[in-house]
Amino acid sequence: MTDLIERPVTAAPIAPAHHGDDHGHAGDHDEHHGPSGLLKWLTSTDHKVIGMNYLVTSVVMLVIGGAFAEIIRAQLVSPTSTLVSLSQYNQLFTMHGSVMIYLFAGPFAFASLANYFVPLQIGAPDMAFPRLNALSYWLYLSGSITMLLGFLVAGGAANFGWVGYAPLTSAANAPGSGADLWIGALMLTGFSAIFSGVNIVATIFYLRAPGMTLFRMPIFTWNLLVVGILILLAFPVLTAGLVMLYCDRHFGTHIFSVQGGGVPLLWQHIFWFWGHPEVYILALPFFGIVSEVIPTMSKKPMFGYKGMVFATLTIAALSLGVWAHHMFTTGAVLLPFFSIMSLLIAVPTGIKIFNWIGSMWGGQLHLNTAMLFSIGFVITFLIGGLTGIYLASPPLDFFTHDTYFVVAHFHSVVIALVLGGMAGIYYWGPKMTGRMLHESWGKASFWFMFIGTQVFTIPAYIVGLHGMPRRMGVYPNNPAWQTLNIWESVGALMLGIGTLLFLVNVVVSWKKPIIAGDNPWDGGGLEWFTSSPPPHHNFVSLPPIRSERPTWDYNHPDAPALGHGKHAGESSNEKAPV
Amino acid sequence: MLKQESLILLLLGLFFGLMGIVYWVWSGEDGGGVMLLGAFLLGMLPGFYYLWWYRRTKGNRPEDREDATVADGAGVVDSFPSSSIWPFVFGMGCFVAVLALTFGNWFAVPAGGLLIWAMAGFTAESRRGGNV
Repeated sequence: MTDLIERPVTAAPIAPAHHGDDHGHAGDHDEHHGPSGLLKWLTSTDHKVIGMNYLVTSVVMLVIGGAFAEIIRAQLVSPTSTLVSLSQYNQLFTMHGSVMIYLFAGPFAFASLANYFVPLQIGAPDMAFPRLNALSYWLYLSGSITMLLGFLVAGGAANFGWVGYAPLTSAANAPGSGADLWIGALMLTGFSAIFSGVNIVATIFYLRAPGMTLFRMPIFTWNLLVVGILILLAFPVLTAGLVMLYCDRHFGTHIFSVQGGGVPLLWQHIFWFWGHPEVYILALPFFGIVSEVIPTMSKKPMFGYKGMVFATLTIAALSLGVWAHHMFTTGAVLLPFFSIMSLLIAVPTGIKIFNWIGSMWGGQLHLNTAMLFSIGFVITFLIGGLTGIYLASPPLDFFTHDTYFVVAHFHSVVIALVLGGMAGIYYWGPKMTGRMLHESWGKASFWFMFIGTQVFTIPAYIVGLHGMPRRMGVYPNNPAWQTLNIWESVGALMLGIGTLLFLVNVVVSWKKPIIAGDNPWDGGGLEWFTSSPPPHHNFVSLPPIRSERPTWDYNHPDAPALGHGKHAGESSNEKAPV
Repeated sequence: MLKQESLILLLLGLFFGLMGIVYWVWSGEDGGGVMLLGAFLLGMLPGFYYLWWYRRTKGNRPEDREDATVADGAGVVDSFPSSSIWPFVFGMGCFVAVLALTFGNWFAVPAGGLLIWAMAGFTAESRRGGNV
């Protein structure tokens, strides 16, 4: 059924005692009219249900992709292991990368927590296009199934690396159905992403609550706005490239094959024109998460709010001009242009790192699991970012390209994002479920994951500098290389244990609930003004919005005013009687 | 007011355009040049649309005013469907259509059926005000 949703007009906070009382709420009057059980899951257009669907599915993909990684690391413990065949090894590293990037990191970043929290943070009742949002999820789920189906067909799954370079993807070199399933899966998940991008941008442009100007939006929502724009710029390029690739494989075109006058390098241009903005599409939502967690857990406002926003916009602008730094060794790209642009990105990223430190500086640090994961994110991302500066320099890149140094660099970056995602789950999980996640299990999980990351990546940097190439199922019988590889595998095992501890924590926290309350962290965003979990269409009442943390202003009327604009700090005058 | 919104898109588009000119002239490589031109247009098109919309409405939305009170936004926000089966049916149609790319054209028959059924369902749902 379609509901005409009225905006709440009172500023009274929701009384905790009324949480379970349907009759007391204007906003959730239709909650008991909707379907329940399986039908609810199939038919819901509520952004919170869809966000949870995305969250669960993407964590399942993290576990599947992680299992592939563990097999890869078990193979590499010995230089001549026969745990898997070389053909299976090719499939495993291809699907590990594909599952982690296309099916876990992306959807987790811009569809799960984003879906759940962008409308809540701007005071909206739902996403702008709820049915399109549901369609996004079904395309994502069916794309995920399509990609994994590759393991069930003759010839196995795609085996040309997650970047699918021509001519490895040609009909002659990759004759099986696995490659076609990979292409089809990326088309489905690509459209899913494009629809999510449309939805996020339209929601932020049109459904903000009164007084929620752009420069009062939380940093997380700002980052998702930029991500939405980047998705619309980047994903159509990949989808177009995939159509060309399919035509090359089946309809006799020669867009990427030399034989018919095509240009194999064009695939790399198209792929990375999507692929490098994609790095920021993945990273910015996690930047947003820690930008929420760090100020809240430091009991301070965000340090350098506007600097954060402009740094994000600068990253978006530069991100479309760096794609060919992945192609330095082709000898066919403009080295100075891409080197300069790539080095420039370090500036806004550095601003963000300093602002996170600035937000902690002098604050009352509350080192709970969410905060530990956020600090772990900053440290690990810093390592990945600094080694990225080396790789942006062509002479250094020539030396390290296609070695484990590159593998270590981007694993520092993406595992940092996993740590950031965990911070988000521990921070917002209580809002989504009404229950706290257990701290002791969470901290154990953090230390395994954080130390495991470094134990995995640091030997990988070293073995890369020794010249070990990536994507090899066997390697020369060199004791130094083997020792470093064993350490990498120990790190990967620790990451696996950390992830298992997280899953155990979810089960334990579900079985032995600790009720969270509406605002367990004394957070400042609008999401903390509503109940946990929020009612259907989110808000029964809204506070006056005079800064980027209206809930904090409302709960601390005597605190010094924070905010931007000449009407900042008026919240205490407008407080309605409770 | 949608003014800041349009400015974000226009400035990003302008940057992509300038970067595209520098890149295309300097490198002579057409693929990247064309893609940056596309990025320029993707900034300009919605950017100018929002600017036009801002000019038309004189920009006075409560979400753009720093002094807006909660009561200023009173009234119907929009109509939101609370549930619908058709996104699922449409998604499954797309799924089967993609399987047709791999497993043979005959998959396109159920795919087409599902997609047409879903589109009819979407349309009927919108006309009657929504139903599961």
